[in-house]
Amino acid sequence: MDKRKIGTCWLDGCSGCHMSLLDMDEAIVGVLAKADIVFGPLVDAQEWPEGVDVAVIEGAVSSQDDLKLARTARARSKVVVALGDCAVTGNVPSMRNGIPTRKLLERVYVEGATVQPGVPTDGVPALLKQASPLHEAIAVDVHVPGCPPKPEAILMVLSDLLEGREPDLGSKLRFG
Amino acid sequence: MTEKVKIRIDGEVIAATAGQTILEVARANDKYIPALCYMEGLSAVGACRLCMVEVSGVSRLLPACTTPVQEGLAVNTTSPQLQSHRKIALELLLVERNHVCAVCVSSGHCELQSLAQDHGVTHVRYPYNFPKLPVDTTHPRYVLDHNRCVLCSRCVRTCAEIEGAHVWDIANRGIQSRLVSEMKRPWGEATTCTSCGKCVQACPTGALAEKGYAVEEMTKKRAAVSRLTSMREGQ
Repeated sequence: MDKRKIGTCWLDGCSGCHMSLLDMDEAIVGVLAKADIVFGPLVDAQEWPEGVDVAVIEGAVSSQDDLKLARTARARSKVVVALGDCAVTGNVPSMRNGIPTRKLLERVYVEGATVQPGVPTDGVPALLKQASPLHEAIAVDVHVPGCPPKPEAILMVLSDLLEGREPDLGSKLRFG
Repeated sequence: MTEKVKIRIDGEVIAATAGQTILEVARANDKYIPALCYMEGLSAVGACRLCMVEVSGVSRLLPACTTPVQEGLAVNTTSPQLQSHRKIALELLLVERNHVCAVCVSSGHCELQSLAQDHGVTHVRYPYNFPKLPVDTTHPRYVLDHNRCVLCSRCVRTCAEIEGAHVWDIANRGIQSRLVSEMKRPWGEATTCTSCGKCVQACPTGALAEKGYAVEEMTKKRAAVSRLTSMREGQ
């Protein structure tokens, strides 16, 4: 059987979910026996490739870049997994949602700055009005909440998906 | 003289006393019906709608916490339709305010969080409301975070029925409903508050907490509040 392809990315998150993914320790060797990680912060690819079997997405959708990457990942992947509370609920990134974007940026980059006050515009993507859960931006097939999700939960979901089973978190389901 | 009745819960015949509610009988017989606003020792108000059950001969669902039993009553607590309704009720509670477990003092000890997990709520299918809500830190020992409040009114009833101070109330209606202390005074300025802290212990989420706790650190002694009522009844 050909090896499956896994792509991962983090949008508006802290990378903690990716840390938890690595925290499965030697079990990742078993995962990599069945699949290659073809895109993500752990590998070198510059663009989300076609024909990915499992997309694992961490973080809320907060900027134009997040939205673009989420849409690309969705279009080029068979199954999309929302990994962690930020991708599932919006979580901490969504705590800004009650504040208008311009006010937020000015509070941080103008009022909060001691040197070179000014909202950055070059080389940074525009913020969306609100940080939203992944499933409000694209269709999501599997939700794995947790801040971060436990390595065992990630391992279980990946193993199930790679072997063609529908994952059921059961008692491993946890928010926060 | 208390009248004995027989009812059926999920097909099993159970002896009960007239005047008891379906929820009381179910809990006394180890039958699980989820509930959030119900707390032993307080009056029942049927606010959270998680304990809705099917009663044969009644076309609509009834809240188990406020429905008294009567002879021959047959209750179903586990149908797929009920499971689906409970999940919806939990999801609607989650979208109404900002329940950010990752930064909540009650994470890991929260009744809303564990109910959602137990009912397989992997995500919420409705758009989040993301309201902008204040946090009242004016009380020297306690804090009220409206972001976590589910309007169960357990604090309102604990303060009114057990402490006898009635500091808390729910103001406004619908989505605008807010927990208020002493007719919308900041909690720290509420002169009727005895600072007993029983409302904090009764709160199912992180809406009411003691100051000085970090994420996951606030555990509550809910049973202690319930025990006060049962001890008084024994007098």
